Amino acid sequence: MTPLESQTLDTNPVTAKKELIQEVLAAYPDKAKKKREKHLNVYEAGKSDCGVKSNIKSVPGSMTTRGCAYAGSKGVVWGPIKDMIHISHGPVGCGYYSWSGRRNYYIGTTGIDSFGTMQFTSDFQERDIVFGGDKKLAKLITEIEELFPLNRGISIQSECPIGLIGDDIEAVAKKAAKEIGKTVVPVRCEGFRGVSQSLGHHIANDSVRDWVFPQYDKEKKAGNIPEGTPYDVAIIGDYNIGGDAWSSRILLEEIGLRVVAQWSGDGTLHEMVNTPSVKLNLVHCYRSMNYISRHMEEAYGIPWLEYNFFGPTQIAQSLRTIAARFDETIQANAEAVIAKYEAQTKAVIEKYRPRLEGKTVALMVGGLRPRHVVPAFHDLGMTLVGTGYEFGHNDDYKRTTHYVEHGTLIYDDVSAYEFEEFIKKLKPDLVASGIKEKYVFQKMALPFRQMHSWDYSGPYHGYDGFAIFARDMDMALNSPTWDLIGTPWKQD
Amino acid sequence: MAQNNIDRIKDHAELFHQDEYQQLFAAKKQFEGGHDPDVVAQTAEWTKTWEYREKNFAREALTVNPAKACQPLGAILAAVGFEGTLPFVHGSQGCVAYFRSHFTRHFKEPFSAVSSSMTEDAAVFGGLNNMKEGLANSYNLYKPKMIAVCTTCMAEVIGDDLQAFIKASKDEGSVPQDFPVPYAHTPSFVGSHITGYDNMMKGILVNLTEGKKQETTNGRINFIPGFETYIGNLREIKRIANLMGIDYTLLADNSEYLDSPNTGEYNMYPGGTKLADAADAINGEATIAFQAYSTVKTRELIESWGQATYVARPVGIRGTDEFLMKLSALTGKPIPQELEAERGRAVDALTDSQAWLHGKRVAYYGDPDLVIGLTQFLLEVGAEPVHIVVTNSNDVFEAELRALLDSSPFGAGATIWGGRDLWHMRSLLFTEPVDFFIGNSYGKYLWRDTHTPIVRIGYPIFDRHHLHRYATYGYQGAINLLNWIVNTILDELDRNTIIPAKTDISYDLIR
Repeated sequence: MTPLESQTLDTNPVTAKKELIQEVLAAYPDKAKKKREKHLNVYEAGKSDCGVKSNIKSVPGSMTTRGCAYAGSKGVVWGPIKDMIHISHGPVGCGYYSWSGRRNYYIGTTGIDSFGTMQFTSDFQERDIVFGGDKKLAKLITEIEELFPLNRGISIQSECPIGLIGDDIEAVAKKAAKEIGKTVVPVRCEGFRGVSQSLGHHIANDSVRDWVFPQYDKEKKAGNIPEGTPYDVAIIGDYNIGGDAWSSRILLEEIGLRVVAQWSGDGTLHEMVNTPSVKLNLVHCYRSMNYISRHMEEAYGIPWLEYNFFGPTQIAQSLRTIAARFDETIQANAEAVIAKYEAQTKAVIEKYRPRLEGKTVALMVGGLRPRHVVPAFHDLGMTLVGTGYEFGHNDDYKRTTHYVEHGTLIYDDVSAYEFEEFIKKLKPDLVASGIKEKYVFQKMALPFRQMHSWDYSGPYHGYDGFAIFARDMDMALNSPTWDLIGTPWKQD
Repeated sequence: MAQNNIDRIKDHAELFHQDEYQQLFAAKKQFEGGHDPDVVAQTAEWTKTWEYREKNFAREALTVNPAKACQPLGAILAAVGFEGTLPFVHGSQGCVAYFRSHFTRHFKEPFSAVSSSMTEDAAVFGGLNNMKEGLANSYNLYKPKMIAVCTTCMAEVIGDDLQAFIKASKDEGSVPQDFPVPYAHTPSFVGSHITGYDNMMKGILVNLTEGKKQETTNGRINFIPGFETYIGNLREIKRIANLMGIDYTLLADNSEYLDSPNTGEYNMYPGGTKLADAADAINGEATIAFQAYSTVKTRELIESWGQATYVARPVGIRGTDEFLMKLSALTGKPIPQELEAERGRAVDALTDSQAWLHGKRVAYYGDPDLVIGLTQFLLEVGAEPVHIVVTNSNDVFEAELRALLDSSPFGAGATIWGGRDLWHMRSLLFTEPVDFFIGNSYGKYLWRDTHTPIVRIGYPIFDRHHLHRYATYGYQGAINLLNWIVNTILDELDRNTIIPAKTDISYDLIR
């Protein structure tokens, strides 16, 4: 038994957890240890951030969970825009692995007027690397036009080779846009750019600014943009995983707002183009969409507001904060909506809280949920022992302080090794992370829920989603299969 | 209230069909700038026509819904089949996240692999430092017995030299000099995942067998699975070999790794081919590969050792017969009565169901070797292959498949569509319909669009559980294939005869 194990982690959470960090770091060679040390810490109440560095290159060979810029652009931001065709431009793999993986639900006839669960690729061969792929790309766009005439536009999602071989996809895009009379967006989201998905989000946001919004400006100038209503808002940064954006939208509409666009789950090009006409941008995933929100604020004077629709506490608070930006009618509606769902929420909590009370959870997700879902767990009586982001930035860790308690272990871009060691010591009742982690912890007999894909369930957003969230956490924790692990003839 | 019963909470499958959400969907349309529903319907109809098919097949630059992945995916599947082996992918890091997710979704098991996490600066200066650090870190953290290095297209485009990089890393002490670091260049713009498997397997064998050649053979038969995603097949091969009392080495045996028992403790490297056994493969009696097109270079290597290699595809009755006879001929061991009885049972099962399969038109797609195995089986039961799509095709394979099809009257009507994709398949299914088709999970879109019943065989299978645990090889495998296929057909028949007082005249109790 190590000295660490002999003391309980609760007596002095900060000291004990800091010792745990040091113990885990001991496995690294010195150079990597110095790098990783900056990413691991314990939150101490009253501090303005979590005491970790973030958005820095991953340590080679550490088994980071991070993806790449292409994953951030094609996989997250652009992919869900349903009426455009997103070309995975380069070799076949990236498009293949990101094909239908993210459950961005949409309504539409796939292959005809919607293309979300399809994979379009230029399937680069050696000759394309040697001679460049621009000609192939131009031809491919004409073929798309011929076979998928109802597409509203095309995006070119660059894979690694594109930037390395010096292709000029911007020139191809401009020419093609003229020829087909549609939006063609070149995106420089090669996987080697930046340190994670995060730069891909940023690049994708910038491509909307540069290649989509000019259409709004043109239409506005020509007087073709209708005035809208004082209640026009856009949902920004909801990818409609399992229908999240819909179970959010329903609440915004119920309080009397008019949601004119969803970015980007179940979204369309038309919705994007018209977004600069809204009165307020409502930002759910700050990490992936703050860039375009800031741009709209600067360029069009549209304020933006972060909200959180995980769990009744945050939903109510968010509805009130949003309503406060509007008139008394909306404010009264917000109260009415909160009241309307009170019985449902109460029933969910009465049913599930006794089954989950006092259970602990460790989180490790992408760029928002490591903080955003914490209150939903709190609503069910659960406590958080550790959290961290795959690709959060410093501003995310600042925001995290509003969500976590003193003594919470914080890990940024955690490696597989660190995460396993932390979990072995923290012994949470539930681990909530991603698919790559799921079976590792389930092999350790630990209940697990995927916090990227909702484990093929969902929605989790909104009041309707919270009921499902509660059901699912109970299902994970109280599955009778956990009791089957270990033979009856070898019980210690 | 859509979520109106907490004792029966509705998730997405029901929730969004409640009135509140249906109204929400209808109201959202005003903001979408969508097409007139009639235009959508007309366009959808048009995509079912011969005219559309011709346009579709005329495309030269565009690939839509391909049935292939890229090299490193296959490379790391080979790597994890060896004892204590950590796959190390040199290049951009996102690829590894994708590979791990992909395999994990199919096998529902952990899958470990590391990346050298190259970024812009490495794109300019090369990834030597990433390699040095990456090897040192993964060696220290994950304590592997071997690190198998392959590449992403980024490292390939900038021209990183793995051999030189690994040597430089060893010279700097990243890993001990005698620690095995086999490598393979696996550019994603050449071939597909099966090529990557081949390259990595060759790289591992080159590394491990160096200096291990003996005067005499060790009397063992080497088996190479190829890009095999059915755990049951590896177990079936071992079971058959054990039944026959054969001394063998199953190379890249990832059956334990990809199906480890839940004991409450996580083991990063369950099972795998012992490195010493793999090293001794150079002294083997002969090598049998169960796939040809994922082992081309590997078999060339083995032949260069002076060892005979064979390809056997133990799919269906005759395919299994040939494999067993080959084993028997190579080892002098008789085929045991137990296997003979299994064969008899499988043949019995096939005859029991054959009437439901006879003359049934079938389409399928997948990797070359999978497709050949399926063809063997389908011809044996009298089904008629019609459309065969193989995205990662080649001329040698097509000639082999053609010969197989031509060997049976049931195969005469088949067309091999090499280099085509699932959007081509969609046109084929609309214009020349079949009774059922075989494919991986991505085939479910074809099922939805064309209403052709799908039998899920291949990789990946994400949306059905545990199919990968079964064997498709051997006489037992023949029964599994038969079960999946015939019961899909019978399910479809029931679905089509279920309307009371209309179609249910044929809703038979006994089939």
